[in-house]
Amino acid sequence: MDSSTSGRDLAVGVFVLAGLAAIAYLSVQVGGLSYSGPRGFEVVATFDNVGGLSARSPAMISGVKVGQVKTIGLDADLRARVVIDIDPNLELPADTSAAIRTQGLLGDQFIALEPGAEEVLLGPGEEILYTDSALDLESLIGRVVHDAGIDDEN
Amino acid sequence: MKALVARLGRACIGFVSGLGAITRFAGAIGVVVLTRPWRFRSLSRQLYDAGALSFVLISASGMTVGMVLALQGYNTLTRFGAESSLGAVVGLSLIRELGPVLTALLVTGRAGSAKAAEIGAMVTTEQLDGLRMMSIDPVDYVATPRALAIFFAMPLLTAFFILFGILGGYLVGVNFLGLDSGTYLASLETSVDFRDDIVAAFLKAGIFGMLVGLISTYRGTTCTPTTEGVSAATTSTVVTASVCILVSDYVITALWGV
Repeated sequence: MDSSTSGRDLAVGVFVLAGLAAIAYLSVQVGGLSYSGPRGFEVVATFDNVGGLSARSPAMISGVKVGQVKTIGLDADLRARVVIDIDPNLELPADTSAAIRTQGLLGDQFIALEPGAEEVLLGPGEEILYTDSALDLESLIGRVVHDAGIDDEN
Repeated sequence: MKALVARLGRACIGFVSGLGAITRFAGAIGVVVLTRPWRFRSLSRQLYDAGALSFVLISASGMTVGMVLALQGYNTLTRFGAESSLGAVVGLSLIRELGPVLTALLVTGRAGSAKAAEIGAMVTTEQLDGLRMMSIDPVDYVATPRALAIFFAMPLLTAFFILFGILGGYLVGVNFLGLDSGTYLASLETSVDFRDDIVAAFLKAGIFGMLVGLISTYRGTTCTPTTEGVSAATTSTVVTASVCILVSDYVITALWGV
């Protein structure tokens, strides 16, 4: 009787522990709770247009994910101010440039970082000065159609 | 005509007084939960029954659901050339809706009906009256451990359902349909948000757990002491709990704003 009771208790304990581990895995790994821990290394970049970029969009160097977008807001000049959370072990030169690119033709948007050649490193909280905004496909098509229209009239 | 109207009135009064009775029952369980003695032995026994023994059912169901989602999602996504979002489709559907709701429905069918029938049989054989005669509160001794066990088991089982669903989707998407494993996991991880998706899933699981635990033990203790009474209590547990789960799922989703 007593051994069957303790066996049952063990099964319940294993069940509860495994369940809590599953919840923790879903929160941390899948839910992306606290990416790269508390010592995340933040840099700021301003863009004229962020397009479809959103919080948690990835930041990549040569196609490798090194961080993600933390927040997107407006700065004093009403340009989009993007805070990027980057892997703290990464040493980025101060003249690194950031561009908003699209994965494939219709895929999600991400920030492509292009390391520069400067000896000085980019510090936490500093701003990336060279930025390239999202390609606005609609206005591009609009311009092409408009130009074609003018050609017809001439 | 007069009789019809009277019957409508009786039905309305019955519904409202039923709501009042289940609320008082919930209050009684709340008082028992907050006051000593806490019946850990009994809770562990019930958790084994409602939780640990449901593990195989829940994980097998989760896996099948994930596999079907991957297959169906792939067929739809491939028309738009968007197979790379399969992980997001499988993960978000499982975490936001299917995981909590299907787990709750399965637990209702497996544990909820069993608890209602068990308590109903105790009522029929006058065991609860026996307890009252020894001045043991049946709500404390019989209903609370069962309701609490279902409440605690629900979020854990939901987590298993979701994990096995994601695994099933991975098996079909990567090993059977030839999707890249990195693409599947990356699209899953970038699209799932902690607050909007994970917290909402476990909020739902907790509320469903409370509903199923409460409804099954209430139906059991208020069972008519006959064999038909037990079968009616079981049926009404499954029906009421299922409807409550589906309705509250909509309400939580709408209020949580996702």
